[in-house]
Amino acid sequence: MREVAVVSFAQSAARREPARNEVEILMPVVTQAVEASGIPRHEIGFTCSGSCDYLAGQAFSFVSAVDALGAWPPIVESHVEMDAAWALYEAWAKIQCGMADSALVFGFGKSSPGEIRDVLTLQLDPYYLAPLWPDTVSLAAIQARVLLESGKASERDLAEVAARSRRDAAANPGAHQRDPSGVDELLARDYLVSPLRVHDCAPISDGAAAVVLAAGDLARKVCDRPAWIRGIDHRIEPHALGLRDLATSPSTRLAAEKAGLGSVPPEVAELHAPFTSQELILREALSLDAGVRVNPSGGALGANVVMAAGLVRIGEAARSIREGEASRALAHATSGPCLQQNLVCLLEAD
Amino acid sequence: MAELCGVIGIGQTRYAAKRGDLSIAGLVREAALRALEDAGLEWKDIDAIVIGKAPDMFEGVMMPELYLADALGAVGKPILRVHTAGSVGGATAIVAASLVQAKIHERVLTVSFEKQSESNAMWALSLKQPFQVHVNAGAGGYFAPHIREYIHRSKAPDNIGILVAYKDRLNALKNPYAHLQIPGVTPEQIEQSPMLWEPIRFLESCPSSDGACAMVLADERNAERSGRSVAWVRGTAMRSEPTMFAGRDEVNPRAGRDCARDLYAQAGITDPRRDFDMAEIYVPFSWFEPMWLENLGFAEEGTGWKMVESGATMLDGDMPVNCSGGVLSSNAIGASGMVRFAEAAIQVRGDAGEHQIDGARLALGHAYGGGSQFFSMWAVSSEKP
Repeated sequence: MREVAVVSFAQSAARREPARNEVEILMPVVTQAVEASGIPRHEIGFTCSGSCDYLAGQAFSFVSAVDALGAWPPIVESHVEMDAAWALYEAWAKIQCGMADSALVFGFGKSSPGEIRDVLTLQLDPYYLAPLWPDTVSLAAIQARVLLESGKASERDLAEVAARSRRDAAANPGAHQRDPSGVDELLARDYLVSPLRVHDCAPISDGAAAVVLAAGDLARKVCDRPAWIRGIDHRIEPHALGLRDLATSPSTRLAAEKAGLGSVPPEVAELHAPFTSQELILREALSLDAGVRVNPSGGALGANVVMAAGLVRIGEAARSIREGEASRALAHATSGPCLQQNLVCLLEAD
Repeated sequence: MAELCGVIGIGQTRYAAKRGDLSIAGLVREAALRALEDAGLEWKDIDAIVIGKAPDMFEGVMMPELYLADALGAVGKPILRVHTAGSVGGATAIVAASLVQAKIHERVLTVSFEKQSESNAMWALSLKQPFQVHVNAGAGGYFAPHIREYIHRSKAPDNIGILVAYKDRLNALKNPYAHLQIPGVTPEQIEQSPMLWEPIRFLESCPSSDGACAMVLADERNAERSGRSVAWVRGTAMRSEPTMFAGRDEVNPRAGRDCARDLYAQAGITDPRRDFDMAEIYVPFSWFEPMWLENLGFAEEGTGWKMVESGATMLDGDMPVNCSGGVLSSNAIGASGMVRFAEAAIQVRGDAGEHQIDGARLALGHAYGGGSQFFSMWAVSSEKP
């Protein structure tokens, strides 16, 4: 395997963005990531992005994103209709087969124009599940209920995840869900969909994020402390919720094993958990004990740019390495209802 | 050095206006099972799945790979979903090939599909967006001006599009999977069909199809021990350029020319017309055949139509194009690019039946999408590189 590192990361300040369209949000982010990489734009060998037509309400919505790239002369470019963490996976594979030495990866999306919890219902089996119109918060609430009834967690545990995430998000300029409330204060609030309260759910965020990857010597040349991707893998579970034990995440566990997590714990873990209950499920699947600093960025509970939030986890984990806060970090991305599909990326300093 | 990659199994559904007999899952499964059977493999032998399709609004299912995970035997495995507009079927195959070439996986199943009867592509392409030019005419209305510009520049006679359509419709009669099959079709019948978007007539246009295509790709060791004939991947290339900017040449886009040049360099091709034994080119409207012949370097600029007129691209010509009947005969949009790639592989494996080119050794698969701005191509050969 070739050595590949994250050499730069940029993101917009996530928030509701009624005034700017996706390309306007994306353009400065891409420019910032490319400039920070130290690799001239026209020398970047591959570009790959992740986004979703159903957020924009438009077929081929990713096409206009090419306008944000300065794609002239024409570029080698691809797109996944997935969180951009999977675009990073495609780019990593492209570098592995020697067809590029560097790659620009980005994700973007605006959740605020639609009702994201209803829009995500369209991900469900179109014949047997979607017509019942279960929204994504309700499905997550079922999952949270299964977790609580398994005895592995309490509502107080959920609130503790929320309080920590909101506190950490306050220090992250990329996040916007900031709140100094304590656990007791949060627990006194009403349910949104029992057992989930508003603070158990990710906020509605619009935004974009971009990462530049570089291989071996190029990474060393442009970056003082590259965040090396030591392993990356992703796995999927059955779609029908009735076929899964929702209180566990076997696909996360398997992806971590394949990515080479092993027995050495990371110092930092950035987990893509849009619901507090999901963070607890992921921590167990990854065997993260109390010594691991989880989501210092505030995680998806601090900002949840759908289609970029997974890539942001990789970017934040890489940042913690590049800034010397950690020498081994784990990043995770998820897709689908109730953590159906999961990606794990292990990053290390030299 | 990248690992070699070969196609060892190919499966297609019968393309049709409406496959009411199958769910979306059933449709992709039909193609996938045929590919596995062709490769002599079972679900458990597959390491990863790469799936592609055009916009999710064509079926009304968002990121359908989530729901299709079970039907594609993906549970517990990696599954990637590619979407690069009309070129997606080709791009999907290229991503799948890269997983093998990178030595990440040994055997990858790649699938692409569209079930256009579930929704309405014209509607899905015509949603009005703020601050954007509203195209309410579907793909034909978008591309017709490009064709008119081509005719203006090249001074091609009016009947070239009809010749292309006639050829592809004859070829489709030899392909059991083709959607549009018009026995006894004549050039006059094509000429008299309704004019939809000047100069594109009804029978010079692609249909809307339901269908899926799948391939099993394997590394060198697994390809050789498969006991199957192998279509070796000799090169893959992709290029993108923005939809519109001043001075952009939409008739002969640079992204297509650059993509072909990249591909030919990888595959050691110096004269495509001499070196390739056949080509499957993405031609959704008849006139795109001469346009792409020029863009791909099979003909000098302005002379692609002469190549068509001479009969060179017919089944018995010196450079047969779209022996399967092409996109003009079957257009399950998300699959159409992969069908081009697969038909090229079928030819070099010698499996094309009635539309086989005798002794085909090297073939081109080509796809394009968006406003003629996304390109994906591969070259496959019966000979190991």
